[in-house]
Amino acid sequence: MLTKRIIPCLDVKDNRVVKGVNFLNLRDAGDPVELGARYSDSGADELVFLDITATIRSRKTIVELVEKVAENVFIPFTVGGGIQTVEQIDELLRSGAEKVSVNTAAVGNPNLLAEAAQRFGNQCIVLAIDARRSKERPGKWQVCIKAGSEPTNIDVVEWAAKGEKLGVGEILLTSMDADGTKAGYDNELNKAVTDAVNIPVIASGGAGTLEHLYDAIVDGGADAVLMASITHFGNYTIKQIKEYLASRGIAVNL
Amino acid sequence: MIVVIDYNIGNVKSVCNAFRHIGCEVELSCEPQAVKDADGIVLPGVAAFGYAVRALGSLAELVKEVTLSGKPLLGICVGYQMLFDKSSEYGQHNGLGLVRGNVVPIPPGRVIPHMGWNLVKLPEDMDLFAGLGSEKHFYFAHSFYAEVADSQARVAFTDYGFDLPASVQKANIYGTQFHPEKSGETGLKILENFAQICRQKNPT
Repeated sequence: MLTKRIIPCLDVKDNRVVKGVNFLNLRDAGDPVELGARYSDSGADELVFLDITATIRSRKTIVELVEKVAENVFIPFTVGGGIQTVEQIDELLRSGAEKVSVNTAAVGNPNLLAEAAQRFGNQCIVLAIDARRSKERPGKWQVCIKAGSEPTNIDVVEWAAKGEKLGVGEILLTSMDADGTKAGYDNELNKAVTDAVNIPVIASGGAGTLEHLYDAIVDGGADAVLMASITHFGNYTIKQIKEYLASRGIAVNL
Repeated sequence: MIVVIDYNIGNVKSVCNAFRHIGCEVELSCEPQAVKDADGIVLPGVAAFGYAVRALGSLAELVKEVTLSGKPLLGICVGYQMLFDKSSEYGQHNGLGLVRGNVVPIPPGRVIPHMGWNLVKLPEDMDLFAGLGSEKHFYFAHSFYAEVADSQARVAFTDYGFDLPASVQKANIYGTQFHPEKSGETGLKILENFAQICRQKNPT
């Protein structure tokens, strides 16, 4: 049976791992290569590295970082942040990433997803969606781009379904409302998206307790749960997380 | 020396990194002479099937030739799928035809791609799994799978609502649908076992 994945997320800025609240107030969480290797050794199922600076200068840094991570990490990892072209995806995959996540560029040019999926295979193209509860349309979420700074009129559930149609292999769904709050995932959002698509969905944003992870899987229907604050700062180990989920009947790779 | 075939597609480096990590001499190459001289060859693969086949191009014949002459070959993911006769991913494409069978879409009715860690039942008589016990988790990421139709091939399965072939062995030909280079310590053990197979075939 396929197990549910526990995925620590490393937001990288100026070659350091950082973590904020609602995408703001960043706090230092260590060296990305060291932290990546530590997670790999301690039983994480996968890692996500997001370049949150995503400038031309940081592009080169992130490729070098991916190379270093790949020398030390023997579990899959996804890289994202500011990726705009098939060539950039190619470069990151060749540097050792398993998957590449695309966010803002796909909103402007959805065909990028189709082109990348046909060349590299669906399984390595991840559509990252930053979702915010819509004030105008209650019960709906709007897609935000440019690291969450720019809301669009695109509906999150419709965009996720379109991503699947275009050939992406996975959705990394971040609730901006919940991100960094440790108050729990937005499981209404997770449920709305997991019901609408047939590809794996990684729930992200809001993990604070072990029960939150369980809820995202059971109530949200998530195939994987992403977390940062609760594991970076030592509240829980990966092993504790997996033992807890296993004790509640969730299949994990312990 | 193990040669990882460099055919200009994604993530060939990860496989090399993993072999180096376990202290194994490895070279990333697309030179025919290196392929001929290798103790064993690895056909990695993160790409769509058709793209990978085109990228392999004229090296395909050489890989077939040295494999049929007895050199150990390990295909990983799309590299494993390419061992079979043909695939229907984004069109019809011929594979290497080293193991009988076709690569077809995972049937609907479940989340696709099959992405993540799944439990593989490990037959005792498959050399790649030596020392690993009866079952272990490995990392998968694929939407197509090989329907193995080769009576000479031994097959290990995982459960994804049906018995999904996870690995084959036919004489000196080995393949894994999962990624040993990304399956943590257990995966590294598979690569160690392959390196051991290569050493036995090529005693110094």
